[in-house]
Amino acid sequence: MKRAMLGMAMIVAGSIAASAAEIAPEKVEFKDGAVEVSLTGVAGDPAAGRKVIGTKKLGNCVACHQITEMSDVPFHGEIGPSLDGVGSRYSEAELRGIIVDAKHTFEDTIMPSFYKTGPYIRPGKAFTGKAPDGPLPPLLTAQQVEDVVAYLMTQK
Amino acid sequence: MKNRSLKGAFGLATVTVLAFGAVSAMAETPPKKAELVVNEDTKLVTETTPKEGISNLEKAYDGWRFRSSETQAVQADDFDNPGMIFVDQALDQWNAVDGTEGKSCASCHGTPEESMKGVRASYPKWDDSMGKVATIEMEINNCRTNRMGAEAWKYTGGKMTAMNALITLQSRGMPVDVAIDGKAKPTWEHGKEMYYTRTGQLELSCASCHEQHYGDRIRAEILSQGQINGFPAYRLKNGKLNSIHARFKGCVRDTRAETYKPGSDDFVALELYVASRGNGLSVTGPSVRN
Repeated sequence: MKRAMLGMAMIVAGSIAASAAEIAPEKVEFKDGAVEVSLTGVAGDPAAGRKVIGTKKLGNCVACHQITEMSDVPFHGEIGPSLDGVGSRYSEAELRGIIVDAKHTFEDTIMPSFYKTGPYIRPGKAFTGKAPDGPLPPLLTAQQVEDVVAYLMTQK
Repeated sequence: MKNRSLKGAFGLATVTVLAFGAVSAMAETPPKKAELVVNEDTKLVTETTPKEGISNLEKAYDGWRFRSSETQAVQADDFDNPGMIFVDQALDQWNAVDGTEGKSCASCHGTPEESMKGVRASYPKWDDSMGKVATIEMEINNCRTNRMGAEAWKYTGGKMTAMNALITLQSRGMPVDVAIDGKAKPTWEHGKEMYYTRTGQLELSCASCHEQHYGDRIRAEILSQGQINGFPAYRLKNGKLNSIHARFKGCVRDTRAETYKPGSDDFVALELYVASRGNGLSVTGPSVRN
């Protein structure tokens, strides 16, 4: 539903050139791993970001990261660092950079790049194991990235 | 301590976290100490020190070591191990005539106890007649099509995997000892390269999870080293025996990658390489996993 609405919004926005505000994955500019400019120009929604973080089919950040504030969501992983207090350790721009493509901040990290379209080695069509039909969309939309950043900034 | 070089991967994150007084997320949970003794008499080696130059593991651990004590107990008794039902079915198949030549497995190979001891411990292995590294599945289908005049079985199918389990059982307790030199070497090297290549939209290699993070939780699961000495594996999750290539396929799929085909040269190479990472562990199949 949200996705569909977002898609419609993008189409509408595209026609009135307001989409110029949304930065495409390949146009994102990094500075020491950080991304200063909002990807959408629309303030992130922490509640929506919380949902992305805890939902398997969205960000599923909890698969690898523990976060105490989200203990209502079962089974947090321990692959990456805890996200408790992450909003105090990093600036908004640093967090945005890490979510867009953490490899700019931590060179060899195994953390997936959530707002990137390639190049990939043997990319597949989601979790089907099959080759993609065309260019792959990023794992999260620009606004979902902003929402996640907004939620993480509440974790002081 | 795991591979030292992987420290760099999370080094910055770890330092940052420690600076704030939190516990490092790089948990290096050693698998629980436990001894795998099957039927109270067969002691299996679930931990060994790998030879240099094969992997970055300081210790190789059987996947059994990472499972819950309930799951562990099921594997420790053949009456409880559901994988053994499939072994029984395969024994019937072993003795059944199939194909145009009027032969069964037993016609040439006698009993599995006589002829198959040690086979699983050394496979995958270079096969001169095929001119390539062969898996047990490839040898089974070679027999079926070229000697029995029977239909080839599906590579990851039920009959194939059960027959593999019957053959595997004859080597239970023997150390895995696959050859990685000689004619097998280029295949092994290809498999090694695959192991460390980050594939799919999630850009994960086998090593990302199974070398750098074994023992850590990923959501509700605990990552193992991805050792294959316990295959075929009976999974409680799907209630059947699972073959190595079927499991590889699932893992590669989960990196949001285009998978390789079971039985392909690529997966054979990966199997040889992953098997070599467990050289010295006991053959433990058919194992029980969640």
